[in-house]
Amino acid sequence: MSSRAAVFASIRRSLGVTGDEATRRFDVDMRLKQAPPGIVPKRGQGDIPARLATFKAEAERAQASVTEVREWADAPAEVARFLRENNCPATLRMGDDPRLADMPWSETTLEILRGPSDGGDLNAVSAAFAGVAETGTLALVSGPDNPTTLNFLPDNHVVLLPREAIEADYEGVFARVRSVYGKGEAPRTLNFITGPSRSADIEQTLLLGAHGPRRLHILVVG
Amino acid sequence: MSVAATSAKFKENAHEALTDARLQGAMSFSRNFVGRRAAAAARLPEFEALRDSAKAIKDHTLTHLDLYLEAYEHKVRASGGEVHYAQDAEEARKIIIELCKSMGAKSVTKGKSMIAEEIGLNDALEAAGIEPVETDLGEYIIQLRHEAPSHIIAPAIHLTARDVEQEFRKAHRDLLPDRSLKEPEQLLAEARQVLRAKFLAADVGITGANFLVAETGTSIIVTNEGNGDLTQILPQAHIVIASIEKIVPTLEDAAQLLRVLARSATGQDASVYTTLSTGPRRPGDPDGPRAYHVVILDNGRSAMLGGEFEHMLRCIRCGACMNHCPVYQAVGGHAYGWVYPGPMGAVLTPSLIGVAEGGQLPNASTFCGRCEEVCPVRIPLPGMMRHWREREFERRLSPAPMRYGLGFWAFFASRPGLYRMATGLAARVLHLAGRNKGRFASLPFAGGWTRYRDLAAPQGATFQSQWRSRSGAVR
Repeated sequence: MSSRAAVFASIRRSLGVTGDEATRRFDVDMRLKQAPPGIVPKRGQGDIPARLATFKAEAERAQASVTEVREWADAPAEVARFLRENNCPATLRMGDDPRLADMPWSETTLEILRGPSDGGDLNAVSAAFAGVAETGTLALVSGPDNPTTLNFLPDNHVVLLPREAIEADYEGVFARVRSVYGKGEAPRTLNFITGPSRSADIEQTLLLGAHGPRRLHILVVG
Repeated sequence: MSVAATSAKFKENAHEALTDARLQGAMSFSRNFVGRRAAAAARLPEFEALRDSAKAIKDHTLTHLDLYLEAYEHKVRASGGEVHYAQDAEEARKIIIELCKSMGAKSVTKGKSMIAEEIGLNDALEAAGIEPVETDLGEYIIQLRHEAPSHIIAPAIHLTARDVEQEFRKAHRDLLPDRSLKEPEQLLAEARQVLRAKFLAADVGITGANFLVAETGTSIIVTNEGNGDLTQILPQAHIVIASIEKIVPTLEDAAQLLRVLARSATGQDASVYTTLSTGPRRPGDPDGPRAYHVVILDNGRSAMLGGEFEHMLRCIRCGACMNHCPVYQAVGGHAYGWVYPGPMGAVLTPSLIGVAEGGQLPNASTFCGRCEEVCPVRIPLPGMMRHWREREFERRLSPAPMRYGLGFWAFFASRPGLYRMATGLAARVLHLAGRNKGRFASLPFAGGWTRYRDLAAPQGATFQSQWRSRSGAVR
């Protein structure tokens, strides 16, 4: 008997089932199909201005910084300001996201690098898939548009988040995932990010910048 | 065979821990967890309802575990990943080492995984000539010290910053010997620098999983450092090692559990990085692993289903039970002698390694009940510890003085007339003997008690006789 068969046999013996019971199969199929939402906190709910206010407050609680710009075209100047004010070098790595590519980077003095990071970059910018008001969390998806390495290797991570992409809760992000990738499908990597990297492993002292970015700056666009 | 245990020596281990001044100093830092969890729970009006929801999801999944595993496996394969089953620790080690060898791996980075600890993966990798590098800061520190974790989410909680400095000076010989490592920030910066090079050089990344999602074939890890992410996106292959009970049906179910996990563990509303991984690199992806394997471990868990210890399989490894346990707080995690300490370890260890080896641990409880009060999935931990004590007694594994003492007491307790007479006599004798001081500094057969505190002298009548006369007066 294969190990797989042995594990399944042991599970079924303990549960007293065969695996062929129609009612059990039906219950499982329905749950997977319907994905009932359970208890969803009220904290993140509301119209777009309310969600933005909650998102901002929660992200700042998690030590991220948040600013707002009206248009995508306003973002490069704000990114340049953030890097300058934090004494970061004037280089910036990004993926192929058309929203980023179409922005007037030439109006800044930033040197723009494209593609994934090999660990040598100090600054990166990404465009978020969505936001979660409930906990001030960003949702980013893998792919050529926003390489996952940019979320973790650079010291300073700037993320652009369209205002209308701020969902009240995680369930809202999953609904977006299903509408983009299909029911039962998911991107290769979906990163939920709440604040910059940290560790409390030494004497329970909270320190920022463990292995990932030391700073997380969020630009809400729109 | 899983990693070796010294749980049978819990009593000796605990005595040693209590007299270890360095450990007692370090453990004082762990008390922060209690207030942080309470504050996070208070901030979320739905927290108690979410605990009920989390429990219900786990119970539903466990009673349909075979079917959800099938669904999960199907989705992982459809997304280009592979699923391997291991009945025990030895088989899991073998699968992982063969995978690493087939890819010509020389170095492996690891995200923090309790299952990897349970199967003793690091020693096996080293024996196979593959360098394992722990990347969670706490795990890295204890790997340098060749120690086991002493807490399931804060593995180095038994150490002080000075201990860490000492280890770093010993291990990082290529750095300047006169560098300052006084501040925790400096220690963290050094670990970041040393481990960054290891991340970039690793051939394979191994992580655990907090949840496996049947709906999408997704594995989820939760970290604050980002180490689990660098472990899995940089090397050519990502291997996930997880036990069978990590399955949840849908993304929505995972969200319910995530909402209670971070709050119960560190008191955060959300951990910094919650990462959902589904299969290997896709066409057009500029980064990410080219191969994605999941090793699903049983190691005694399937036998717990349908029985009195099934509740334990709801555990999401938040650590709240140990953070709130007076015994754990006093003796630390190493005294428990195997992989899982605290109340959850006291229940799980005998299930996984047997009552002969782990049966001492359920005695490490005052039955104060705080663990059950804070458990996000409402596991009746004290009740299950009581079950284990009964089994230990039935199988004559408890120490002889305890068995004879209980037998002696049971003889009297089941004969009420005799019991009243004997306790009445004892109360009068002790009252007379202690009437001068009102207390005893030492008593025959009770040295274990009077060594640490005095015994108050009885007032002359037993509780039962006092109760009788009082209730008579009320009537």
